[in-house]
Amino acid sequence: MTRRYGEREALRDVSLSLPAGRTLVVFGPNGAGKTTLLRVLATLLRPHAGRVEVLGAGLPDDGWRVRGRIGLLGHEPLLYRELSAAENLSFHASLHDIRKSRVEEVLEAVAMTARAQEPIRHLSRGMVQRVAVARAVLHEPDLLLLDEPYANLDPAAVELVAPLIGPESGRTRVVCSHDPGGGMAEADLVLGLREGRVALLAEAPAVSSEQVTELYQ
Amino acid sequence: MSVTAPRLADPAPEQLRPTVSSRRVVATLLRKELLVELRTLESVPAMSLFSLATFVIFHFALNRGSVEGDLGAGILWVTLLFAAILGVNRLFVADAEQGGFDGFLLAPVDRSAMMVAKALTLLAYLLVLELVAVPAFAILLLGPSLWPALGGIALTLLLGDLGVAVIGTLVGALAVRTRARDLLGPLLSLPLFVPIVIGGARATAPLLAYAHRGGLSGRWLATLGVYDLLFGLIAYALFDFLLED
Repeated sequence: MTRRYGEREALRDVSLSLPAGRTLVVFGPNGAGKTTLLRVLATLLRPHAGRVEVLGAGLPDDGWRVRGRIGLLGHEPLLYRELSAAENLSFHASLHDIRKSRVEEVLEAVAMTARAQEPIRHLSRGMVQRVAVARAVLHEPDLLLLDEPYANLDPAAVELVAPLIGPESGRTRVVCSHDPGGGMAEADLVLGLREGRVALLAEAPAVSSEQVTELYQ
Repeated sequence: MSVTAPRLADPAPEQLRPTVSSRRVVATLLRKELLVELRTLESVPAMSLFSLATFVIFHFALNRGSVEGDLGAGILWVTLLFAAILGVNRLFVADAEQGGFDGFLLAPVDRSAMMVAKALTLLAYLLVLELVAVPAFAILLLGPSLWPALGGIALTLLLGDLGVAVIGTLVGALAVRTRARDLLGPLLSLPLFVPIVIGGARATAPLLAYAHRGGLSGRWLATLGVYDLLFGLIAYALFDFLLED
């Protein structure tokens, strides 16, 4: 798969397959193409060449088939700052045709029930990230696309969200990470990107942390 | 490249088509838009204050006690359309800056619902604007009484508002994805608003005249209606493509 921004190739000849229920961890320095990869898989960007299949649907033509089955947690929380956590999640619940009680469930799961009625702009970055996790799993997606999901979270919050977005969630996951130790701990498959090209692709047990660290040098 | 999931989890294709009714999606989006505007008060107060300031400027610049007929209709329509551009420029900003586009695009819904919801939002802004601006125009500038012509003026404004709402939504969606959105919005909107100014002002002028106060001009109302319909169809056809990367 290849994806360009104007003349610049953000991803070039990236080729891999991720089986169901497994975790792909993507490493690479800033600008390596990690976020672009997630956005293509999320159907938000069109691939410019090659073949991309997500949950059995070919992209971009059949993207509409899988949109409701993908959970994206990116750098932006995708939450309206003027609305409360409960209002934001209710908004997304309506778009995904999900029962309202699910909103309370996920708010409780990320320990945000007490602050659920406050506007997002009043919350700390860690709290916003917890609400964003709740949004990403609100519709119980089959595929989770996570871009540095533990950024802004303290250790207690990381433990809190782990059942929702961690390996124990049982979902197929693509995780972008800058943390070789943490990333390798939850990886089944490792992808290293450098300037949009595959620099490393292997099963996790066959990859050393030195190989991951080298990607950043 | 492929990412798979258990085959048992795959619903049948017909179950995967957008399942939420478009009407419900439009209602959800509209509610969110109005809630955000009520909390931020970014668009409607600015549009209203702009129109009031413009009427005051015209009052002093023209150096006359009152206006009527063609001049009055021209001032009213030009002011309202310039004020509308402020709303057009802000229409998609929260979605672009706070990830609203991505959140919406990830949902299994008909994307045209956003176009309808945004157009209804802008229409609501315009109606509130006119509740402020038209009485202010009558007090500050208009010579003849507004009351006898109020029904005709309201109908003409509504037809004009529909066109502005649809064109504004189309232009707003196009401009917000560019770096020069504050420039591109007015530059694209104004030429497209010209037929609305012509039709609206011509239809309104007889209603605002002292002498020979006539009824509504069916010809100009029809012109506005056809223009609204034409841009409604264009917007419906193009909007999905504007949301694509």
